[in-house]
Amino acid sequence: MKLMHVLAAAVLSLGLAACQKPTQTKPDESGGAVESGAASSSGLGGEAGAGAGAATATLTPQQQALADLQQKSVVYFDYDSSEIAQQYVPVVAAHATYLVKYPTARVRLEGHTDERGSREYNIGLGERRAQTVRRALLVQGVAEAQITTVSYGEERPAVEGADEAAYGQNRRVEFVYAQ
Amino acid sequence: MLSNFGALRPRAAAMMLATVSLLLAAVPGHAQLRLDITQGVRDAVPIAVVPFGGQAEGGASDVAAVVANDLRMSGRFAPLERRDMVARPTSGAEIRYEDWRLLKSDFIVVGRVEPDAVSFELHNVRTGASLLTQRLPSSEKGRRAAAHRIADLVFERLTGIAGAFSTRIAYVAVDGKPPAQRYRLLVADADGFGPRTVLESREPIMSPAWSPDGASLAYVSFEGKVSAVYVQTLASGERRRVSARAGINGAPAWSPDGRRLAVTLSRDGNLDIYTLELATQTLTRVTSDDAIDTEAEWSKDGQSLYFTSDRAGNAQVYRVALDQARKAERVTFTNGYNARPRISPDGKELALVTLDRGGYRIAVMDIASRNLRVITNARQDESPSFAPNGALLIYATRDGGRGSLAIASADGAFQQRLSADQGDVRDPAWQPFGPRG
Repeated sequence: MKLMHVLAAAVLSLGLAACQKPTQTKPDESGGAVESGAASSSGLGGEAGAGAGAATATLTPQQQALADLQQKSVVYFDYDSSEIAQQYVPVVAAHATYLVKYPTARVRLEGHTDERGSREYNIGLGERRAQTVRRALLVQGVAEAQITTVSYGEERPAVEGADEAAYGQNRRVEFVYAQ
Repeated sequence: MLSNFGALRPRAAAMMLATVSLLLAAVPGHAQLRLDITQGVRDAVPIAVVPFGGQAEGGASDVAAVVANDLRMSGRFAPLERRDMVARPTSGAEIRYEDWRLLKSDFIVVGRVEPDAVSFELHNVRTGASLLTQRLPSSEKGRRAAAHRIADLVFERLTGIAGAFSTRIAYVAVDGKPPAQRYRLLVADADGFGPRTVLESREPIMSPAWSPDGASLAYVSFEGKVSAVYVQTLASGERRRVSARAGINGAPAWSPDGRRLAVTLSRDGNLDIYTLELATQTLTRVTSDDAIDTEAEWSKDGQSLYFTSDRAGNAQVYRVALDQARKAERVTFTNGYNARPRISPDGKELALVTLDRGGYRIAVMDIASRNLRVITNARQDESPSFAPNGALLIYATRDGGRGSLAIASADGAFQQRLSADQGDVRDPAWQPFGPRG
């Protein structure tokens, strides 16, 4: 029994290491291009493969494209809305362009809500947001097989807090790329 | 309508076991819940619960302290403070009623702890009448259980309502700052004592639901990076992944006979409600609307489901018969947001989350009259769950920016917080009485 726990803990931590999320950028931050190479190479996960920690110069064009994309990998939503606001249309378009250009790339759309209201209902709202982004990618030529969605509702906030600023940061869809 | 997509693969389920810790160990002190009496209750009955003979005062197994705390938690009793007690009778013969009349206690509980039992007596202070005398078998380790049972018996004798102090609560605790949080599913005594970890994960855990016999929990875990519904038997720790279909697997609710779960599943992002026969894995679709349909709850006769839907534009509660003879009918009309219905033990009322004057609050609705009474007054109350005697509800609230649990009387007369020392606690579910009736 004890051994099982140790084993479970080991597997758990391994899983965590393998599933690190890309660096998030707040909607109003432009993001410094120079330091971005290092920050996002860890986020590349499987895409970067054994090259983790390698210099920026060794990135393939696809890796560079992904690194650039991950400066803007979150779409934020208005309260009780699953519409993509005008300012995020170019964000979605950039991801669509990447996914069309690299048909083997896979993206996971993670939908989230703020903490107000009922938890399971918020799972529904988060899913609706993820589906809105998914449809926007599909109409721009991305293949269905490239996209998966998940909704965390209010269970995985980006930031703590019970004010409008925190709520705004938490109502979002994240683009998460993995191998 | 029968549907059969994404059948369960037992091998995958077994592998999944390795990615989370399944424990039934006592948790170190920090997960302890503490009952904060935040308000005096009007019309609470004064009662003296005298420290029991045969054991030292203070400590976790102080029988009289546990009994007094339970009675206070019910909101219907105001136990006398120990410092105000002028004597320590341990049997009816030792009670000098005039002392306790002066202290304005209406009732008095006295008793003794013996090596293999706890005995107690309940007396009416005004009349001197003996109302209850009982001896409960109890080992040294079972003192708190005996105390809860005494509280149940005293409560029932004085109110006519079965006590629910011997039951337990399940809830989710979350530690750490986003995005690196740790989630635990816990089960504790109804007074918050002795939390034990049922499941621990780096991914969200939500929506625990007790089986009608009180022996198992269904819950949602994201441990596989997507949601899945599990059923876990508490005594053995054995668990099964019962729904891991593509998309969302959420909001499990047990049928009254314990054979089926209502669950929320999604296909292409559209959430609908299904029932799942546990023994056969037979899936039956119940709703098929473009809206969000979720948070199912069974009627007491097992013939229909209440659920949340935004098919009319915003979240409201609906009812649909499982034979689907009629369209789903809307049952909530007060306020612009009503969600997460939970049925009362007598089947006549629904507890739900309502948007009331700018705050999300708990309300209890009489199903027949549709009369809705708001019973809490904070801004972010959610996840109501009835105690099995229907007198109290446990729910989640926010307290100083942290998630906390709270208890309210079903009539809204009082609320009390059940807060954790640190971290967030949320998503409470009160265990049903089960077969003991």
